[in-house]
Amino acid sequence: MTFNGWFQIALYCVVIVLLVKPLGGYMTRVFAGERTILSPALRPVERLFYRLSGVDERKDQNWVTYAVAMLLFSLVGFLTLYALQRFQALLPFNPAGQSAVEEGLAFNTAMSFDTNTNWQSYVPETTLSYLVQMAGLTVHNFVSAATGIALAVALIRGFARRSAKGIGNFWVDLTRCTLYILLPLSIVVGLFFVWQGMPQNLSAYTEVTTLEGGKQVIAQGPVASQEVIKMLGTNGGGFFNANSAHPFENPNAITNFVQMVLLLSIGAALTNVFGRMVGDQRQGWAVFAVMGILMLGGTAIAYWAEAAGNPQIAKLGVDTDASALQAGGNMEGKEIRFGIANSALFATVTTDASCGAVNSMHDSYTPLGGLVPLFNIQLGEIIFGGVGSGLYGMLLFAIISVFVAGLMVGRTPEYLGKKIEAKEVKMAMLAILILPLSILGFTALATVVDAGLAGPANQGPHGFSEILYAYTSGTGNNGSAFAGISANTLFYNTTIGFAMFIGRFLMIVPMVAIAGSLAAKKIVPASAGTFPTDGPLFVGLVIGVILIVGGLTFFPALALGPLVEHFAMTAGTLF
Amino acid sequence: MLKELRPAIVMIVLFTVLTGLAYPLAMTGIAQALFPRQANGSLIEKGGKVIGSELIGQNFEKPGYFHGRPSATTDTDPKDPTKTIAAPYNAANSAGSNAGPTSKALMERVQGDVEKLKAENPGAPIPVDLVTTSASGLDPDISPAAALFQVPRVAKERGLPQQRLRELVAAQTEGRFLGVIGEPSVNVLRLNMALDALAGR
Repeated sequence: MTFNGWFQIALYCVVIVLLVKPLGGYMTRVFAGERTILSPALRPVERLFYRLSGVDERKDQNWVTYAVAMLLFSLVGFLTLYALQRFQALLPFNPAGQSAVEEGLAFNTAMSFDTNTNWQSYVPETTLSYLVQMAGLTVHNFVSAATGIALAVALIRGFARRSAKGIGNFWVDLTRCTLYILLPLSIVVGLFFVWQGMPQNLSAYTEVTTLEGGKQVIAQGPVASQEVIKMLGTNGGGFFNANSAHPFENPNAITNFVQMVLLLSIGAALTNVFGRMVGDQRQGWAVFAVMGILMLGGTAIAYWAEAAGNPQIAKLGVDTDASALQAGGNMEGKEIRFGIANSALFATVTTDASCGAVNSMHDSYTPLGGLVPLFNIQLGEIIFGGVGSGLYGMLLFAIISVFVAGLMVGRTPEYLGKKIEAKEVKMAMLAILILPLSILGFTALATVVDAGLAGPANQGPHGFSEILYAYTSGTGNNGSAFAGISANTLFYNTTIGFAMFIGRFLMIVPMVAIAGSLAAKKIVPASAGTFPTDGPLFVGLVIGVILIVGGLTFFPALALGPLVEHFAMTAGTLF
Repeated sequence: MLKELRPAIVMIVLFTVLTGLAYPLAMTGIAQALFPRQANGSLIEKGGKVIGSELIGQNFEKPGYFHGRPSATTDTDPKDPTKTIAAPYNAANSAGSNAGPTSKALMERVQGDVEKLKAENPGAPIPVDLVTTSASGLDPDISPAAALFQVPRVAKERGLPQQRLRELVAAQTEGRFLGVIGEPSVNVLRLNMALDALAGR
């Protein structure tokens, strides 16, 4: 680890903290339906959307209607994306002449982008036409992100409102989020990305004769426009197979920095939206503190492990020490321009959030370095969480925490003036238990059937980690991978497809139910016996609950994978 | 509940038109007007012919050129389309090795590379990036240490003094942005073009 490495990480954290208030304030106005500086240009478009789709923007929905609207929208989106892939050969914008995507793969990919997972079973540059990339994947990058943000805002309204039936209008939240937040930012930052070297064209692949006289075919495409929303919407599905490690998708250290900022900005700002809407920004900062501390802890472990490198490679006479002339450490699966610090930081934040973009190959990380992204997703991607899940996952843990605190002192737990009763705790536990059920259940299945065992590229404990990571990433709607696994098979496409479905919708529905139930409650005035939820004691308690729940659930599986592998690597055992 | 079906269908259509067609096509138009070189892949021409992109690494094997990092990209086997063969720096199929730290195959490959490099520059410590594959398989850069390591071989092959080449590497080294962000790097294609110019080719 170097001083410069930590300095870069600190700089990143400062930028995120500085963005929280201004972005949070703007987003609060957007979701309150207030006028913003962009209204003169966007309000007519917004009104047109409502008129054509027959939506009454003043009408609030109760939690059931809100959930149904969200589910129907996701269903229609899923079907159109599936159809687009199956018919891409007959449609325009296909200069590389890609043929129809095979059924299992099309199912997996449609589910993947519909659920904001963006798991990539396919190799984009050899599978998808530009039309599918734009009118299919880019669209879902916008709307699946907007759906996630809308749901988080609906849950916040549950806390903020009193004796209310409605938790907002899904169509309005979806439209306003896309028009006022995601689209304007994408246009501005997207053009910045092009200026920095990202391609944005519809040309055929370029064939060149290299300096040595060899042939090279260079894949092209409308990269920047998809790249920016891939990060901002914490989607993570790359235009190219190598994702943000590809020099066209992430040309230099500046674009890398901006990508990481996009990745966490909305998730971090949502804590401020939360604080503002419940009328006490300190509540938002308390949640932010929980997330920040967990993020720094993960970054430190990943950076330390990757900087230390692989002792077996060092033994061969290879120089793995950091110096002024090289980044050193474990460079397998990493790019020179990012080195160790920016790769470890990227891997940590992409799994803190539900992003899943990668600028280095997690599969080639040292065992403990790879443990960090794996465990981050298993915790539920609640550390800033990004827009797909994030804040609402963290609020579920906050509910569990006040419940635990209530049990300790024998009082009815309250959070933000709302009594937390049996129904909320049951729903929160249901949402939290879905995750291990799908991750561990599918992993167990894949390790006993032949179709599952055919997947891993690596042998020994690392092969097990590849399987575990696949279902963790799918269920967590992350989309990053220990990418050696051959996941483009009927077995994996189907099971991971279902894992993504379970992880998204079976978590969302209990969460929306909590929002509805909370909104209907009265506010209990705070008294001397109220447990303060804006101080360090609460922050510590929530961190404790998160680590204990996550640790107890996943420790046995992690022991079989990364932990055993760590000792094997130190001892020089190869597989 | 079915009354939510109409907005579901109409909204998907509207968002497809707006974010799936209007947005990327408008971005393409603006990008092509403002930044045509970058928008088309930062291609490099030499003598009127496109010889590559400055962002995409190329495969260098001749001893008279500086070499890039090992690349794990593959291509379909022309003899058997169900199989793949190694095809370093295949820019139409980016990929990393995805070999884990306890992989036997990885260690064998690294060991082979180490032996070759030791023979070429005995005694010098081998920079780690010269024996590890990049994440994309298309890394355009090597570390300054990796460039300097290759100076004796290239100097001998080209009949140039080592000092001249070390100066060349220093001139081609790009530092961190504002001295802080990123890592120092040397673009291999540009280094080799400068080398050709120096050698008068």
